[in-house]
Amino acid sequence: MHCQTGSRGTYVPTSRTIAGDPLERIERLASENAVVIFSVSSCCMCHAIKRLFCGMGVNPTVYELDEDPRGKDMEKALMRLLGNSPAVPVVFIGGKLVGAMDRVMASHINGTLVPLLKQAGALWL
Amino acid sequence: MQSFKAAAATTTNTDMFCNSSYFLSRHQTRFPDLGELDHPAVAFHHDDAVDLSPSSFFSLKSSNVGVVANNLHYGALNTTIGAAEIVSSGTGCLDTGQFMYQKGTTFGSSLGNGHIENWADSGLADNSQQTDTSTDVDTDHKNQLHGVQHGPIMVDSVDQSKLKCGDQKTLRRLAQNREAARKSRLRKKAYVQQLESSRHRLTELEQELQRARQQGTFIMTGLSGDHGHSVMGNAALAFDMEYGRWLDEHQRLINDLRSAVNSHMGDNELCILVAAVMAHYDEVFRLKSVGTKADVFHMLSGMWKSPAERCFMWLGGFRSSELLKILGNHLEPLTDQQLMGICNLQQSSQQAEDALSQGMEALQQSLVDTLSSACLGPTASGNVADYMGQMAIAMGKLATLENFLHQADLLRQQTLQQMHRILTTRQAARALLVISDYTSRLRALSSLWLARPRN
Repeated sequence: MHCQTGSRGTYVPTSRTIAGDPLERIERLASENAVVIFSVSSCCMCHAIKRLFCGMGVNPTVYELDEDPRGKDMEKALMRLLGNSPAVPVVFIGGKLVGAMDRVMASHINGTLVPLLKQAGALWL
Repeated sequence: MQSFKAAAATTTNTDMFCNSSYFLSRHQTRFPDLGELDHPAVAFHHDDAVDLSPSSFFSLKSSNVGVVANNLHYGALNTTIGAAEIVSSGTGCLDTGQFMYQKGTTFGSSLGNGHIENWADSGLADNSQQTDTSTDVDTDHKNQLHGVQHGPIMVDSVDQSKLKCGDQKTLRRLAQNREAARKSRLRKKAYVQQLESSRHRLTELEQELQRARQQGTFIMTGLSGDHGHSVMGNAALAFDMEYGRWLDEHQRLINDLRSAVNSHMGDNELCILVAAVMAHYDEVFRLKSVGTKADVFHMLSGMWKSPAERCFMWLGGFRSSELLKILGNHLEPLTDQQLMGICNLQQSSQQAEDALSQGMEALQQSLVDTLSSACLGPTASGNVADYMGQMAIAMGKLATLENFLHQADLLRQQTLQQMHRILTTRQAARALLVISDYTSRLRALSSLWLARPRN
C-alpha cells in the first residue's frame, strides 16, 4: 500500500487504481494535507492562488487535474460542488472546503484565513 | 518722490473718481508749455512709475500717464476732451479703466458713457497702435520735463498763444483718441457677439448631451438587438456615462459627509451618512461588474478615469494597499486592536494584489506563447486549422482576463468593507473623506496638467 507522505507543495501520485467516486477522491485527497489546491497547470488564476499561499509562507499541496488520468471526472465533480465553472482553482484547508479565488481572497481580507491556516497547522507564527 | 507718493496715495482713493476730479490722459507732455495745473494734479514720468504695484494703474511703464484735472482752463479742450476721448492711450487708459471699474462706477459715469473699455486684448492692440506716439512722448518727456521730475505740475493760467501752438498737436492727439475709441467700440461689439454665439452654442451642446445621455440609457437597456462592435462601443459609452453620474452623486454624498463631520454631528446620524457612502461604493462595483462582462478591455484601459488616475491604476482600479497607506496617520487615534486590524488589512491586501499581479503576468506570458507558436512567420504554411486552434486557445485565455478584473474589483470592495468594520463611525467618515479628497486631487492634477501652458 502506497501511502502519501508529502505535505509539501508537490504533486504526489497515488497508486490507487480503484475507480472511486471522484468526489470521494477529492475529499480524501483534501483531508490528507493541511492546504490542498486543485488546479490545472495552464490556468492562470490557479497560478495566482498558488502565489498567494506561497507569499504567505504556506506550502500547499497542489493536484494538477490535467495531469491526472481521472482529472476530467474530478473537474466535473468540483464544478458540481462549487455550483459554477471554472472548476479550478479550489482550495481545501484542514479538509474543509474554502472555495475558489473569490472566497479565499475574501477570507484573507476579513482576517479569517490566517487563523484557519494556523488551526490546520499550515502556518506557524 | 514724496509728493509723488502722496499724490499716488490720493489717486488710488475712490474719491479721485468722483465727478469733479481727475481723468487720465497720457498726454500731459503734449502741453509742453503748460507750466502747472491749478489743481493738485500729479504728473509723473513713466520711469518714476516703476515702483508701484502692478495692479494699480500707475505701473504703466510703456505709457506716460498724467493725471489732469478736468477743470483745466482749456476752453477749447474741455468740450473735446469728452467721454469718448478719454480712451486716449493704449495700455494707459485701458488698464486704468480696469482699475477704475474696480473702484466704482462713478468714474465711468463721470465720463458719461463708460467708454473706458477694459478687455485685455483691446488694450494690447491699442498699445501697438500708439507706440509711435509714445516714443514721441518719451523724447519730449525726457527733454522737457527733466527739471520737473517730482512733485505736481500745476497749471496756473494758460497762455492763449501757447495754447494755439499746442493746438495742432492736441488736435492730432484728439483725433487719435477718437480713432482708438472707435476701434475699441468695434472690438467690444465683436466680443459681445462672440459671447452671444458661444452662449447659444453652449445651450445647443447641453441639449445634445442630454439627448445623448437618454439615448445611451436606451441603448444600454436594449442591447439585445445590436451586434459586434456596436455592442462594445455602446457598453463602453454606457459605462462612461453611468460612471460620470456615479461620480457626481459620490461627490454630493461626500460633501454631505464633510459638512456633517465639520459640524460635529452625532454618531447616530453620521453613521447613516457613512453607510450611504459605502452603499454607493457598492454601486460602482456593480457598474464595473456589468462593464467588465460587456467590454473588459475598456475597463482595463481605464479610459473612463482621468489621466493621472489612469497612470497609477492597477488592474482596472485603485490599489487597496495604496489607499490604506494614504489613510496612514489620518485615522489616529487608533486602539491597539484597530491598529493591528489595519496593519493586517494592509498586508493581506498587498499579498492579494501581488498574487493577482503574478497571475496576470502568467496570463500575458501564456498569451504570448500561444500567439507566437510555431505556425508563425516564414514557416506559416497557411495552416488555417492550426491558426484557428491557436486563436481558440488564446480566446479561452482572454476569458480569464474578465475573471482577474472581477477578482481585483472584489478585492477593492472587500478592503473598503473591512476598513469600515474596523473603524469607528467617526474614523470611517474621516477615512472616506481622505480617500475622496485624494482621488479628487488626482483628477484636478490631470486637468491642470492638460491645461498647462506650453512653449
